Amino acid sequence: MKWIKTIFSSDYGMLGVLVLLCAFFSWITFEDQQPEGEGAAEALYQAISKGFEKPGRVLIAGRKSDSGRAFTNQLNELLSGDGWQIMGIAQGGPPELGAALRGVFDQNGSLDLLACEKSFVQMAVLDNFKKFQPRMKEVKVMVPASSSWPNFLKSSNLLNIANQIAVIAILAIGMTLVIITAGIDLSVGSLIAFSAVLATWVIREWFGADEATMGGMIAGCGVAILACSGLGLFSGSMIAYFGVPPFVATLGMMMVGSGCAYMLSGGLSIYQLPNSFDWLGRGDDWGGIPNAVVLMVVLYVIAHTIMSRTTVGRYIYAVGGNPEAARLSGVPVKKILLGVYASCGALAGLGGVIMASQFKSGDPKYGLMYELYVIAAVVVGGTSLSGGRGKVFGTLIGAFIIAVIQNGMNLTGVQSYTQKVVLGVVLLVAVLLDMLKKRGWKLSL
Amino acid sequence: MAETKLLELKGIDKRFPGVHALKSVDFELGEGECVALLGENGAGKSTLIKVMGGAHQADSGTLLVNGREQNWTKPTDALEAGVAIIYQEFNLVPGLSAAENVFLGIEPKDFGWVRRGEEKERVKEVFERIGAEINPRTLCDDLTVAEKQLVEIAKALVRDARILVMDEPSAVLTKKEVEQLYLLIDDLKEKGIGIVYVSHRLEEIERVADRAIVMRDGARVGHLSREELDRSKIIEMMVGRKLENEFPQEVREPGEVRLRAKNLSFGQKVKNVSLDVRAGEILAITGLVGAGRTETVRLLFGADIPDEGVIELDGQKLTLRKPSDAIEVGICLLTEDRKDQGLVLGLSILENFGLPNLNKFSNNGWIDRSAETRSFTSYVEKLQIKISGHQQLASQLSGGNQQKVVLAKWLERNAEILIFDEPTRGIDVGAKFEIYQWMNQLAQAGKGIVMISSELPEVLGMSDRILVMKEGELMGELTNGPEITQEMLMSLAIGETKKQVA
Repeated sequence: MKWIKTIFSSDYGMLGVLVLLCAFFSWITFEDQQPEGEGAAEALYQAISKGFEKPGRVLIAGRKSDSGRAFTNQLNELLSGDGWQIMGIAQGGPPELGAALRGVFDQNGSLDLLACEKSFVQMAVLDNFKKFQPRMKEVKVMVPASSSWPNFLKSSNLLNIANQIAVIAILAIGMTLVIITAGIDLSVGSLIAFSAVLATWVIREWFGADEATMGGMIAGCGVAILACSGLGLFSGSMIAYFGVPPFVATLGMMMVGSGCAYMLSGGLSIYQLPNSFDWLGRGDDWGGIPNAVVLMVVLYVIAHTIMSRTTVGRYIYAVGGNPEAARLSGVPVKKILLGVYASCGALAGLGGVIMASQFKSGDPKYGLMYELYVIAAVVVGGTSLSGGRGKVFGTLIGAFIIAVIQNGMNLTGVQSYTQKVVLGVVLLVAVLLDMLKKRGWKLSL
Repeated sequence: MAETKLLELKGIDKRFPGVHALKSVDFELGEGECVALLGENGAGKSTLIKVMGGAHQADSGTLLVNGREQNWTKPTDALEAGVAIIYQEFNLVPGLSAAENVFLGIEPKDFGWVRRGEEKERVKEVFERIGAEINPRTLCDDLTVAEKQLVEIAKALVRDARILVMDEPSAVLTKKEVEQLYLLIDDLKEKGIGIVYVSHRLEEIERVADRAIVMRDGARVGHLSREELDRSKIIEMMVGRKLENEFPQEVREPGEVRLRAKNLSFGQKVKNVSLDVRAGEILAITGLVGAGRTETVRLLFGADIPDEGVIELDGQKLTLRKPSDAIEVGICLLTEDRKDQGLVLGLSILENFGLPNLNKFSNNGWIDRSAETRSFTSYVEKLQIKISGHQQLASQLSGGNQQKVVLAKWLERNAEILIFDEPTRGIDVGAKFEIYQWMNQLAQAGKGIVMISSELPEVLGMSDRILVMKEGELMGELTNGPEITQEMLMSLAIGETKKQVA
């Protein structure tokens, strides 16, 4: 039991939970994986080079899909480069394979090797040839070796997880700062909708709808982010200067933001946008990693640096830990609060822009209930709701825990209703751990 | 023992971390008797009544009610045994009516339905008994302080309390209300209820108490019967201790006036206070708790903004809107309450140290941690702060070491005026002496030092000049010297005499 306490007591205790979850989902999604496309061709080529001392005659077969074509082309290139005689290429299913084989044997030719994708091995047409064509017996059939690998750990799935959580994770940065000052911001969900609608509305109305230039799109997104930052600033000033409880101030702002989004869009989606608008949400210009994920990582690094290395970061912790002591030490408590809520608003605005880009439209229904997922990510990440304690990277871990649970349950076919129950329980357990940690692991008061 | 006492405490001992709060205290209260509990601030009165009320548990000793030994673990246990405490801060729910407050938790009910008629009748009856003219349906928020007190007393009576402990009941009342309280006490005594009356006001003790028990430094130092109740005797017992050599003495030559405040007023807390702080002197401000001393220095530090008055530093008028304005010109405050105001307990001591000094330790907002660490390390050596590492949380230090961290952070600021609010409260003897030495050293270096203290020996032992406050007003200004005695200060502090302020 002691080591469990030690793990959870550390700043990034939830990292262990994330690792355990990943291990668990890897284990239950363990399956045979078929290599595909060029990779498969290369693997097979290696095997062929080992299995044959000298090049011979080969027939290549691949499916009709893109990856099948990539497979045959690549293998064709590699084998012919080694001096193999390519007797033919069958692209498609059983009829194509049969035709190709018949072609080889009809001309009385011989064949040393049939190099094909795995699906061809089970085809009845091969058995037929083995029965009626004696020379078929001399033909060696080779397929790319299959490997065992969890569906969960496929790089495409991991990128998918990161991409799905990017918006929530980016919002959670701002929420972490707010919660460290012992506040809360309920308005981020509706600010997403407001920002998405405002950005697309500005592009449609002012910058020529689907003919908007790059500059126009940037301007539209900039306006939306600035506006959300302004709304955050307004909530912040209610809290800092008028002593309105953060819950109430941002609850009001939540309704205002959502209402504005509906007013501006007339309740409809705004989709008159240039095609290139989806660059931020769907593009992947950095080695296949989605742009939104790259942006998320950059923002986390910046936020972590600010919180750990700058005076502003130190002041944010101090304000959350003890506002009076901070004030008496000369910390500009009110300015810090304003700044924190303004940046939370700005990040929510950015989240809205990313979402608009992902769906290539702005809709007032975006971001519904997101505030709750965002708060959940922060809390699961170990930031204390009573303020003064928490780590930005902890929040990233929290966001990923939520994403991994969702993704893992999707992969294993758990119903979405059940998923909600599980997520709720995870949140409760996280808060419970936080309370226990503060009380020094004693159950009763 | 001839008769059974209502309440009897024998050898009650209580320790808090770093403080021996109660040293084997005996206390007894008979039926229909009013016993006054006297003592300076910090003498242990509050702790003792908390033990009587079950809010604290004694480490050793026995507590008997009607001769039966009690073993309370929570305040409701004491209430059930018939002991009710009326604290200075009332325990009333502001949004409930007077009647609802009186019956809170013991409502007469049928299956969860409150019998409102009966409740009203019984509240009326008990209000009549104590002469309270309160509409039972008035919300507690709308009651005056005196009325709230009566509601508290009613609350105790409907619970059949036989022992009533009142903590400074008169502090919040007007003269007329106090008279009514006396009558009520007489009445309750006749009904056989025992009363413990805690007060600073000696004239009241003479009026209501049958006898008095005096405490000092956590111990019971005296018992006075009705005939012996005499002010000079009480004062002597309260301050009692001899001035020992616990203060490093220094000869100083105070210089020019550095900080000057004229006619400061702040609500009811500070009334028309003027004071000067000279370079190279220690100015003490003393008085009882609630005399407005802390409130006054908060004005000098910009923590509160005075309604009226002028603050000058070296002849320059200052506009202090927030503490950072004062810090900017070199005024700093070491608060009385280190845990709530002096330190951010959840941050490390290094971070606490850096908080007001980040301008010095940062470039365009980037903290230079090595410079911060280097500077802090030098203070850890100079002040001999006992820590396990720079990353240790402020909450994990002892009182003395916390105070040293606070001192270090202001020394690094190189402040010109240092205000110490109760600098040695909750600090062990060794650390106390070191802090005194630092104060002397700072004064020697030409800084202006203001020290708020309730400990009269400390005031006499450390200061060059002494201001005495009572209820927000300056009662007197004395130049410290051998002829000044604790008795003189005490009689000013309780308003016995008033010296014309120079």
